[in-house]
Amino acid sequence: MAESARWLVPRTGALRRGGRGLPGLWRSRTGTLGVAIVAVAVLCAALAPVLAPYNPTAAQFSTTLRPPSAAHPFGTDQLGRDVLSRVIFGARISLLVGGVTVLISGFVGCALGMLSGYLGGWLDAAVMRLADVQLSFPFILLALTINAVIGAGLQTIMLSLVVAGWPLYVRVVRGEILALRHREYVQAAIATGARNGRVMWQHVLPNVATPIIVVSTLQVSQFIIAEATISFLGFGIQPPTAAWGGMVSDGRNYIFFAWWLTAFPGAALALTALGVNLTGDWLRDTLDPRLRT
Amino acid sequence: MSRYLLGRAGQAVLAIFLALTVVFFLVRITGDPVILFLPQDVQPKDIVYFRHLLGFDRPVWQQYLSFLGGAVHGDFGRSLRYRTPALSLVVSRLPATFQLAATSLAMVACAAVPVGIASAARRGTFVDNIGIAATAAGQAVPGFWLGLMLIWVFGVWLRWLPVAGYGGWTHFVLPSLTLTAFYAAQIARITRSSVLDALGQDYVRTARAKGIHERGVLARHVLKNAAIPIVTVFGLNAGQLLGGAVVTETIFAWPGIGQYILNALRGRDFPVVMVGVFLTSAIYILVNFLVDLSYVWLNPQVRYG
Repeated sequence: MAESARWLVPRTGALRRGGRGLPGLWRSRTGTLGVAIVAVAVLCAALAPVLAPYNPTAAQFSTTLRPPSAAHPFGTDQLGRDVLSRVIFGARISLLVGGVTVLISGFVGCALGMLSGYLGGWLDAAVMRLADVQLSFPFILLALTINAVIGAGLQTIMLSLVVAGWPLYVRVVRGEILALRHREYVQAAIATGARNGRVMWQHVLPNVATPIIVVSTLQVSQFIIAEATISFLGFGIQPPTAAWGGMVSDGRNYIFFAWWLTAFPGAALALTALGVNLTGDWLRDTLDPRLRT
Repeated sequence: MSRYLLGRAGQAVLAIFLALTVVFFLVRITGDPVILFLPQDVQPKDIVYFRHLLGFDRPVWQQYLSFLGGAVHGDFGRSLRYRTPALSLVVSRLPATFQLAATSLAMVACAAVPVGIASAARRGTFVDNIGIAATAAGQAVPGFWLGLMLIWVFGVWLRWLPVAGYGGWTHFVLPSLTLTAFYAAQIARITRSSVLDALGQDYVRTARAKGIHERGVLARHVLKNAAIPIVTVFGLNAGQLLGGAVVTETIFAWPGIGQYILNALRGRDFPVVMVGVFLTSAIYILVNFLVDLSYVWLNPQVRYG
């Protein structure tokens, strides 16, 4: 099980092996596409009030459930709100949740993983058992339980994703550290009298950074989809806030005659996740070819 | 071997115990569900009586101990909603979940492994590119959206298949396709990378040098060596699917364990939630244990001492 963490990281082999750093990006077509999609999503989130043609939450009862047209390219929903504007604003929730939760769960997981791998002993045993419990319990059920208990909302959903996300980092970081701890330069640092904190910060962390970056990128898309799934099931972001999962959930009730309510927010979600995944694949191929095969 | 088995069993019991404990206290944080099960015009003294009847007036640690005492004997209490033993209620939902999981896993294995092998064997060609694009898309599309889009296309628009419910084989098509897409993409990617990895090994070069044609090399030397990562991830997937596909079962009104646990969570039916936690984690742990045992057969170098 512990060894399997690597394989869990989704991967596509790069056809073209990019050079190091940014120049490699333009040689990888899929990497370029991924970064472009992510850039568009970030732009939508940042400039939503400028880009959106209508107010995303203002009901307009004279134009409910209109199919896509020139005035409303993605149609209107059951309250007459412009779907395109809601999709653009929805990018904010998705990217916020994806970005912030990955940072927090990455920080928690890396800290625990480093302590666990470096210090070993009872701490290591306790952390790994906890991670095992976490992994043997379906992620979506755990997230739903937390949201059902604390009450649905943005903070709760982010908390539940952090709780669900940290074991992956623990496994990756701990594995790397167990391998690094006996390297000469680490032993040399210890021999010269460096304290634990310094050894970890100066000598170990830089060598673990690459797998962390790669794993984090791929987790961003998993978290974006997870947030949408929880919101879809009614435990997450509450109306009238425009969030893609909630929009698909609303659209589900009208699927028999208003396909556009479901199709567009879901497509935005899938496209964003695809963009993040392609970016992650490109990062992995460029930064850490070792992770590839 | 017996020592290994004993250790694994101990770990499994500990993991299930911890999961049950965490969820037990988690669901009780917000208080008891008594109000939800009583009519609106109920008298306060009736609420107190009902609470006493269900044991929610006792300290939480007493409730916890009596829950553990019962759980050890396979008694998880009665469903608050249906007044029948929670365990048998949830177990009665297992066949539907197992059927859906088995169909989906069979489809995953039949679709993903050949695609992954073809992709690796023809690395860099058109076939490989198609495979990579399909798997990237499969992993990015959220299950709940794919399910709804399939309902719209095949159920609403073309009217070929039923939109939801449980019944003949036509009812299996859309839910199992929904589940297959994501897992197949994952397995295809892992198959591709582990076959590529095996193709680069010395024994493959030797086999080729002996004059075995490429198909024989793939079938006899590459596949078995590439199998361990594939089997591992397939096992993780199977463990998840057999424990109930919450989202897919909900979308398609599939009478499985995942949908049932979700509804219990919504209705605060604590005993049913606890049984759900127990069953899903037990199934997951059991399947992964079987996967670990299969390594012995796949790679004779693996020994469990």
